[in-house]
Amino acid sequence: MLKNSNRRGSFWMFLTLLILALFLVFVVYPLIMVLYKSVIDPKGGGLTFENFTRFFTRKYYTNTMINSFKVTLVATTISAVLGLLMAYITRSVRIAGSKTLNILIVVSYLSPPFIGAYAWIQLLGRNGLITKVVNALLPGTDFGGIYGFAGIVLVFSLQSFPLIYMYVAGALQNLDNSLNEAAESLGAGNPRRVMSIIVPLVLPTVLASSLLVFMRVFSDFGTPMLIGEGYRTFPVVLYNQFMGEVTNDDFFSAALCVIMMLITLVFFFVQRRVSRRHTYSMTALKPMEPKRVSRKVSILSHGFVYLVTALALLPQLMVISTSFLKESTPGMFTSTLTLDNYLNTIVAKNNKVIANTYIYGIAAIILVVVIGVLISYLAERKRSPVTSTLDTLTMLPYIIPGSVIGIAFLYALSRPPLMLSGTATIIIIALAVRRMPYTIRSSTAIIGQISPSIEEAAISLGASELRSFRQVTLPMMLPGILAGAIMSWITVISELSSSIILYRANTQTLTVSIYVEVIRNNFGNAAAYSTVLTVTSVLSLILFFKLTGRKDISV
Amino acid sequence: MGVTIRIDNVTKRYGNNTVIQGLSTDIKAGEFFTLLGPSGCGKTTLLRMIIGFNSIEEGEILVDGKLINGIPTNKRNMGMVFQNYAVFPHMTVKENVAYGLKTRKVQKAEMDRKVDEMLKLIKIEEYKHRMPSQLSGGQQQRVALARAIVIQPEVLLMDEPLSNLDAKLRVEMRNVIKRIQRQINITTVYVTHDQEEALAISDRIAVMDKGIIQQIDTPKRIYQRPSNLFVSTFIGLSNILEGSVHAAPESWQAQAYGYRFTPPPLKEEGLMDGQRVLVSVRPEEFLIAKEGEPGIPAIVRSSVFLGVNLHYFLELPDGKEVEVIAESDLSEIIPDNTPVSLQMVQHKINLFHQDSRQTLIREGA
Repeated sequence: MLKNSNRRGSFWMFLTLLILALFLVFVVYPLIMVLYKSVIDPKGGGLTFENFTRFFTRKYYTNTMINSFKVTLVATTISAVLGLLMAYITRSVRIAGSKTLNILIVVSYLSPPFIGAYAWIQLLGRNGLITKVVNALLPGTDFGGIYGFAGIVLVFSLQSFPLIYMYVAGALQNLDNSLNEAAESLGAGNPRRVMSIIVPLVLPTVLASSLLVFMRVFSDFGTPMLIGEGYRTFPVVLYNQFMGEVTNDDFFSAALCVIMMLITLVFFFVQRRVSRRHTYSMTALKPMEPKRVSRKVSILSHGFVYLVTALALLPQLMVISTSFLKESTPGMFTSTLTLDNYLNTIVAKNNKVIANTYIYGIAAIILVVVIGVLISYLAERKRSPVTSTLDTLTMLPYIIPGSVIGIAFLYALSRPPLMLSGTATIIIIALAVRRMPYTIRSSTAIIGQISPSIEEAAISLGASELRSFRQVTLPMMLPGILAGAIMSWITVISELSSSIILYRANTQTLTVSIYVEVIRNNFGNAAAYSTVLTVTSVLSLILFFKLTGRKDISV
Repeated sequence: MGVTIRIDNVTKRYGNNTVIQGLSTDIKAGEFFTLLGPSGCGKTTLLRMIIGFNSIEEGEILVDGKLINGIPTNKRNMGMVFQNYAVFPHMTVKENVAYGLKTRKVQKAEMDRKVDEMLKLIKIEEYKHRMPSQLSGGQQQRVALARAIVIQPEVLLMDEPLSNLDAKLRVEMRNVIKRIQRQINITTVYVTHDQEEALAISDRIAVMDKGIIQQIDTPKRIYQRPSNLFVSTFIGLSNILEGSVHAAPESWQAQAYGYRFTPPPLKEEGLMDGQRVLVSVRPEEFLIAKEGEPGIPAIVRSSVFLGVNLHYFLELPDGKEVEVIAESDLSEIIPDNTPVSLQMVQHKINLFHQDSRQTLIREGA
């Protein structure tokens, strides 16, 4: 008997150590390599901070940092305000078609930001559709298109507010309506009630989701690359340093990676501190319900919600429609309908882009789900110093930008025995590592809802510990896991920042192909790929709603 | 002195579903008025119509003779205590209590004085600077009560304020509420589904079912002289036996299971000799006598000793089971399967018409 339980204990221990080893190799070791490279003198091999001093003493570099902060802070603030307003209005006012709107808003979020950038260029760029109309209608104005700071902020704000919207809408769902009613009965009118009750209560959620937006915006290089023109941001410099054909300095790039990580780390901890002090556990017996309001308020609300959703969706619509149009010169679409863009891309001979996207995505999801569920189970039910360490380690990728993970992987996994660069495996692992923290957090929440006594009941009835996990806990977790897996799938297939660094010609995915085609000015092809990506996301999202019966999602 | 509330023929509809149809009642100034009924009976709906969270489709509600139908909640000057406390989780106890004074733009010094006074009255001064998450359910409910009455509302409304508390705290808090209500003499409308709570706390109770007020009376009258079968079985426990009434020279006589007894004075209007009735006997209104004495023949099936009293479960000749509560004295507990004879405390029982289910007991009896 004793021997038996020892064996069981050692099974979980073995599993813990195995997963820990995987994380050491695929998360810790690559990051250490980045740190190491950033302070090593490439010639002498000694310790040097030359890379860092070079960055901080040259105006060219420090300016990019200032630009990045400006863009990020402004875009995050606008996103937060938009997201908060959208969530509050849709939760408190009856909006026609709100379910469809909800899906559309999510869809607008589920594409890499740079697609927004290139679509907005086609609308508001130098030769953009809207630019031409404006200049034709208002003679004398010479609107040169939206580039630089304004363009970047526009794209990021519209692309990021859905995330804050989703989180805040979820938080409002947990806010009991009696709090509103209590404020009302105490004499508070609407503006006062919103400012003194609603805003403070959802503030922690706004901050937490703003952090995600901040990190996403701060580390995104695709958007400023396309629409920034002269306005250089930090990630652009990082990407150019690492990928640039003219200058490429591994050691300097490593230093840039370290700077990037430090910044996101600082923001992560600041946000955690602020949120923790102001977090209230709330559960709503009776959540707020959208109410009938006066005609004026209703018209204003509808106008605002529809306008914002339309703006957020505009890039997608632009891309989908141009995918069926003939291009005369790059970026200039005629009104001739054609399927050429599709014939040239996804159905072309030897085009493995879609197959790659699906295979890598599914492989990554399987990895994420299996390991993620095990880690959350271990951390929740088999708590020990080792499992807690594991739990903390797995959170690392949450705050490390995708491009840094990509670069770190190339530094660490490009030599025997781990010669993985250029393979599909390295992309799959990068995708899995990036998504892991989200899956672990959602599975931990799911396990938290299952009472341990259910498992104990199974054990008391004669099931072994493993059997009770397999036959009781796991089946109970399954619906939640499935929901999480679909969401992971949707985010994984639109991942760009690490795959763009890790891809080779034969391991291109949809997002990478879109980016590559845009850079090569093959806008038609990009539009075709992009449409396939959007269709996949929308179908997956519909599948998610149908399978789970949920009305809301969390990413 | 509190205000009066007149509810005049009000109707509440949700789409095509009518929850309350033409309900009327008058609540007296300073009265503790309870709406009691099973869930879904419309009691909370009515309360929310008074404060203005629910619209009034038809009819009028008047406070001190003033029509309030069109006044928004935040201008009605009514305090409300919610089932789940609804204490603002991001404010301290003091800030919670001060909230309503702030919306009324009360001067700082005046506000501090009022808040302190209220915290003292409700006995939560020592928690003044705590956050709600550091308070127990009972303490949170005290904060909610303080917050509702510090604004000196004309009416205090409470929606099942004690249902989330444990049994012991419930009794304690109900005494707090009663004491405070007496002290500040405010017209109070209280909603509950707990009949014991309603009996303990109210000046008058309106028993509701299916959107209709079944009876409005003092707790004592509601318990002792329920106006219909629903009230009789909803408030307390009642054994319902089938029987009939018969005209006799001096007064009406009643019979159940062949046992003849004299009921309290009956409404004679429309009463016929041999009318089928339902006899409602509370467990403590039965008396157990030896077999062979006058009474309903019955067999003791089981008993439960509860210290203060003794519960017997007996079977009547037709197989019906009744519950009897006897005072526990030093004599032996009657063993199971003993045949006995059941008598009644005849002046306490109630009779209902078999078809209309309304009481047959004369007014004032």
